[in-house]
Amino acid sequence: MTVQLAAPALGRPLVKRLGELTRQPILVASWIVVLVVIGWAVAPGLFTSYSPFDGDTSASFAPPSAEHWFGTDRLGRDLFARSVYGAHTTLTATLLAVLIAFGIGTVVGLVAGFVGGIVDTAVMRVVDVFLAIPSLLLAMVVVSVLGYSTQNIALAVGISSIASFARVMRAQVLAVVTQDYVKAAYGLGVGRLGVMLRHVVPNSLSSVIALAALEVGTAVLAVASLGFLGYGAPPPQPEWGLLVAEGRDYVAVHPWASILPGVALAIVVIATHRISTSYRKEHRR
Amino acid sequence: MTDPSKDPLLRITDLAIDYRSGRREWTPAVRGAGLHVEPGEFVSLVGESGSGKTTLVQGALGLLPAAARICGGSIAYSGVDVTGWNDRRMALVRGNYVGFIPQDPNTSLNPVKKIGQQVIEAVRFNEPEAGNAAQHMEAALESLRTAGLKDAERVFHQYPHELSGGMKQRALIAIALAGKPKIIVADEPTSALDVTVQKVILDHLVRLREELGIGILLVTHDLGVALDRSDRILVMRNGEIVEEGPVHQVLENSADDYTRRLLDAAPARHTGRLRPTSGARPDPATASAVLRAHALTKTYHLRGRGQRRELRALDGADLIVRKGTTHAIVGESGAGKSTLASILVRFTTADSGTVHVGDRELTGLRRGQLREIRRDLQFVFQNPFTSLDPRFTVGKIIAEPLRAFGVATGKARVVELLEAVALDESYLHRLPSQLSGGQRQRVAIARALALNPEILVLDEAVSALDVSVQAQILQLLVDLQAGLGLSYVFVTHDLGVVRLIGDDVTVMKDGAVVETGPVEQVFGSPRHDHTRELLEAIPGVRLAVAR
Amino acid sequence: MEEQREVTRYLALKVGRALFVVWAAFTLTFVLLFVLPANPADLLFDPAEINSIPPEVREQVAESYGFDKPVFLQYFNRLGHALTGDFGNSVQSGRAVTETILDALPSTLVLASGALVLALLIAFVIALVTTSTRRPWVRNLVEALPSGAVSVPVFLSGILMLQIFSFRLGWFPAFGDSGARSVVLPLITLAVPVSGPIAQLLVRSFATEFRSGYVTTSYAKGATRNGIIIRDVFRNASLPALTIAGITFGNLIAGSVITETVFARKGIGRLTQAAINTLDVPLVQGIVVLVAASFALINLIVDLIYPLLDPRLRATLAVA
Repeated sequence: MTVQLAAPALGRPLVKRLGELTRQPILVASWIVVLVVIGWAVAPGLFTSYSPFDGDTSASFAPPSAEHWFGTDRLGRDLFARSVYGAHTTLTATLLAVLIAFGIGTVVGLVAGFVGGIVDTAVMRVVDVFLAIPSLLLAMVVVSVLGYSTQNIALAVGISSIASFARVMRAQVLAVVTQDYVKAAYGLGVGRLGVMLRHVVPNSLSSVIALAALEVGTAVLAVASLGFLGYGAPPPQPEWGLLVAEGRDYVAVHPWASILPGVALAIVVIATHRISTSYRKEHRR
Repeated sequence: MTDPSKDPLLRITDLAIDYRSGRREWTPAVRGAGLHVEPGEFVSLVGESGSGKTTLVQGALGLLPAAARICGGSIAYSGVDVTGWNDRRMALVRGNYVGFIPQDPNTSLNPVKKIGQQVIEAVRFNEPEAGNAAQHMEAALESLRTAGLKDAERVFHQYPHELSGGMKQRALIAIALAGKPKIIVADEPTSALDVTVQKVILDHLVRLREELGIGILLVTHDLGVALDRSDRILVMRNGEIVEEGPVHQVLENSADDYTRRLLDAAPARHTGRLRPTSGARPDPATASAVLRAHALTKTYHLRGRGQRRELRALDGADLIVRKGTTHAIVGESGAGKSTLASILVRFTTADSGTVHVGDRELTGLRRGQLREIRRDLQFVFQNPFTSLDPRFTVGKIIAEPLRAFGVATGKARVVELLEAVALDESYLHRLPSQLSGGQRQRVAIARALALNPEILVLDEAVSALDVSVQAQILQLLVDLQAGLGLSYVFVTHDLGVVRLIGDDVTVMKDGAVVETGPVEQVFGSPRHDHTRELLEAIPGVRLAVAR
Repeated sequence: MEEQREVTRYLALKVGRALFVVWAAFTLTFVLLFVLPANPADLLFDPAEINSIPPEVREQVAESYGFDKPVFLQYFNRLGHALTGDFGNSVQSGRAVTETILDALPSTLVLASGALVLALLIAFVIALVTTSTRRPWVRNLVEALPSGAVSVPVFLSGILMLQIFSFRLGWFPAFGDSGARSVVLPLITLAVPVSGPIAQLLVRSFATEFRSGYVTTSYAKGATRNGIIIRDVFRNASLPALTIAGITFGNLIAGSVITETVFARKGIGRLTQAAINTLDVPLVQGIVVLVAASFALINLIVDLIYPLLDPRLRATLAVA
């Protein structure tokens, strides 16, 4: 976690930045993957003509074909359509989870790092406790108390990631606070609140944003994992983890039913990681 | 021309080195550089930052980073051309034939290994025939002693963090000597050390040259250091060697324009204070006190330590700054000068003692009242790379104090301030990362002037800058003082600079003031041993004589 | 004398923090599981059937678990028992929670420790290859591996392993936990995602250390690149891996929940899942406290051995 000293490359002309993008085909592909999946979540009907719920039972477990890209499941439902519609469930939950963790974690970390003293100590001890319980386990406990549903999964995943955001933000704030330009601002007569809002927050945020980008991938995985374990939406609903779980029982005979939705999920996570890495690299320069 | 049997220890011919600046794009760093070092000769390579001097020696040692490549010329040790040798072959040359003393002793030793172990490795890699452990240890101890470490046995069993900077640099000299090299290359070996330590280390290098008959190539930014000890000097600029010759020739009739400017910029060239470019300033002798500090004490309690474990950073320090004058505070690292400056502007609170600005007392003020004082008392930091928020434009940076006090933040005032520090309107929308070090420090000064303060506290404000830039900033400060009637508290480790800008000087050691008074008096007839020691260690004796 | 007192202070502080974490984990789960639910006893029933169960039965069940007593009494009662290692009885099986956990523990320990060793191996190989190779394409390729390793969901890689190595090739048994061969696939499945963050950290710290000043010094001594990586860089760069021991532990636990489910292995992970599915409140609490305690213990060990490995820290500990 280095404090970045160089300014972000804001001023660079758009044309030049686009030119640089074409030299990073993997990054471009990652963006395309993410945008397409967002498209799936927002307007699934545009990407598939099949229904995610109704299937032709006579055509159960069809292998992948031009007609059914991912094949069909036990009830003959088109698995591609179920994956497309599943994006909505999974991504909404992911977004909610990241927003909860980012929003609360950042504020908690900012207060702890900026105020310091007893407040900092108290907050960090609490954070210690949350870090001591692996987030999947904590999320499982939270879901078991709140009840099984995708919203509750989102809440659980969000709550269990607050601590890591708080910790990163605090470390960053502590590093920024000792910078000369913060001292200089005090010396110029800027008040504490002004220093915090004008200097500390903007300069601390970039590495937390990088973490948030990374957390999108992690949260997709967590949401899908909980779905896979059966704590999410009830079965007829399409959800990525659930799709894999549904196909799992037939994996010996019909491997596609489980593997293809899983691969789609993995590709999305890899893409978000790639984007997060390039963001971090750009901001470290 | 050269006799093949008498090839120089190192000969670099027409060397060109490029840095990768993009895909298939290369930027030249060194062009057509040539130099040679004869046995027993002390040669200095002088240049400002970005001149390519470090790249040149890295190239000579085969230590160029992956992003650099040699694209022309040759490097020969005693007539053996090593250009293009791979890592394995160069490893036989390094240590054995050429020893290297790095720049920063604090990062150049492996922190998890004992010193002895690190020296033994250097012995082992370079011995002609395999010896046993006892011989290795004896050779390592010998090397430590030759490097001037009297207590070699103890140092042998210590870790780097247990040694002072000067001792670490000696350990590194021991490592460089362990392979019994014929030539030693030293890259800014003393720029991270105090002047008095610098003097001892450099004198030791000279002695080694005399005793062992090895050649020395010293790379430095400090012309004074180079002139004091070298036989021959090379000056580098923008990747090219622009001047070469014996010391007296370079001093007396340098053919190169840049070298002459460099000579003129060196503080040791000047006696007496810089004069403002235009106008005169009132006679400082009659000035009244504008800032008074009395009996300031500050003790840092190191975390987790018991009562006896504390650091007395400041021990009853006094200071009086007269209106319209510059009061310089000098001392080595750990002398307490930065703590003092920091207390003067209340970045740090003193344990006891008082600070008066005019007739207002600063020490007991609450936050709101303190803010009012900030209008009159501003601070300029050492490092212009960290004292400006990287996300703010120059315009926003300068306007910040105006905004904080609700003063007119119009563009006109900001431009006026920019012009006061010899920049113009075109800088308004630039980010700090788009400015050079000198330009950044100008922006920092403009920001400090925004509220029309009476007093500026400058903490090593020119130390991070190249000599030529440093000279410009000092002149700017002198001009601003004459024009605006400012008073300066000028903290520095460089006594040469004090001569240029100081009216009064306070010498500090271990948190206490050892001597204070007008600059001419203190420098002319120092009363305290430490002051004398500091004055003697100022590099550039030959510069002053040659004037 | 003074030094000894400082070391004792340091130890006391670290042990105190570890104990606090365990206590807080107990309290947190108590609040979550016993206080927050309006009628905690109802968690014991299947939500679908809850309305068809007569209130008297529900009250009786609540009483048998002590839910009718005041919250504070319940808390101190449970805490007191927990201190002696008694977390009550499992609702589902009626067996003691501690016994149930101890029964499942060895299987998970074998899996997790094996996976940890393999993960470290993978991570170090990746870091060494990226540091020592001079071919940019090799470096770029190997550097991309850790990010892929953490991106592939454990349930997918598990299913792929099963599909390829059990069903297609028949090299390893698909399910169960009989014999050494059955542990191979779960072990690899678990090791891969765990290795990811460690490898990323090591790649970064190897690169940072390789750029540091003492490497130049070693070059100047006449050492070769590979010699420097082994003699100087390795130890300095490996130390930071200890700082993410906690994250690694979390990944191991989360990973074993899913791995054990996919491969139908006995262990803490599957026990957790079963406990959550059946809302076996005492068992869930027992598991969470056990995991938090292990986490605290691991971090404690790291805090204690780190100064032994880094002389600089040892010095601050001795004088600070």
